[in-house]
Amino acid sequence: MSERHPLFLPLVLAGGLTFGFGLGLSGMVRPEVVLAFLQGEDLGLLFVLGGGAAVAGIGFRLLPRLADRAPLTGDAYGRRTKAFDRNVVAGGAVFGAGWGLSGICPGAAYASLGVGNWPVLWALAGMFLGAYAQARLRTFAAPTTTTSTTAD
Amino acid sequence: MALDVAALFPNGVLPYAAGGLLVGLGVVVIYAGTGIIAGASTFLESTLSYVSGNARLNRPKYLASRDWRVVFTLGIVGGGALYALTLGGGAWTTEVQPWRLLAGGVLVGAGTRLGKGCTSGHGVCGVGSASRTSIVGVVTFLAVAVGVAALVSALGVTP
Repeated sequence: MSERHPLFLPLVLAGGLTFGFGLGLSGMVRPEVVLAFLQGEDLGLLFVLGGGAAVAGIGFRLLPRLADRAPLTGDAYGRRTKAFDRNVVAGGAVFGAGWGLSGICPGAAYASLGVGNWPVLWALAGMFLGAYAQARLRTFAAPTTTTSTTAD
Repeated sequence: MALDVAALFPNGVLPYAAGGLLVGLGVVVIYAGTGIIAGASTFLESTLSYVSGNARLNRPKYLASRDWRVVFTLGIVGGGALYALTLGGGAWTTEVQPWRLLAGGVLVGAGTRLGKGCTSGHGVCGVGSASRTSIVGVVTFLAVAVGVAALVSALGVTP
């Protein structure tokens, strides 16, 4: 891997700070607010997803017109387009079940920890466990290497 | 038939919209400088590569991005803290029961990795990219979440 631009990590940190402050302001860091939304009691969260997607959409369209390559990496500006398969629906359903049960999602959980909501450590521990279990199960189902899958 | 729109937004829409705009801005700031479209949940897998030799967790794209994803996540934690110290009025803890957070977290962690994205990856970055895959993902997880939240509530579980 080539040497990174000295401003790469500071910029990522600045983006994360903005992202996390926004999650705090939006109420996403509070499981109670998310559960009230999912139960139709306060639909304000539609404006969080809508507002975030709108700003991202404008940025993803505008920047490729302003420059050919990103200044800190030299990479071309692309879009987030992932291939569709049935895992998108199955995984989305599992994710939705967890979100509906707990009222918390990954980004909001990180920001919620910053708010001082220490019980969210239960959710974060669960997320790491779930991601690990999913990787183990898929390694078992479809080994990505020819070596034995018994060793971790 | 009069639909009371205000009743659907008891806390108005301003903090929600402003928060959403900042979430989008955070994504665009990173994109503008690096070309990277950062979702929140890949951090789970890429960070696990520090402690696990599992082949799926050690794919090159995770090894190459795991350090900046830690920085991104620390930024999100810091942003939440900045909010609490300014507009948020101090620290705050949830009343939602630990078993719901833990069990829900397990499903969220497994589901986001199987389904290729979470609320920020699919919901903000993917929808912002007009990706059909992400739109299907968002509709799926929203519909299931509404159903599960209603079921849990109907079973009398509070909070």
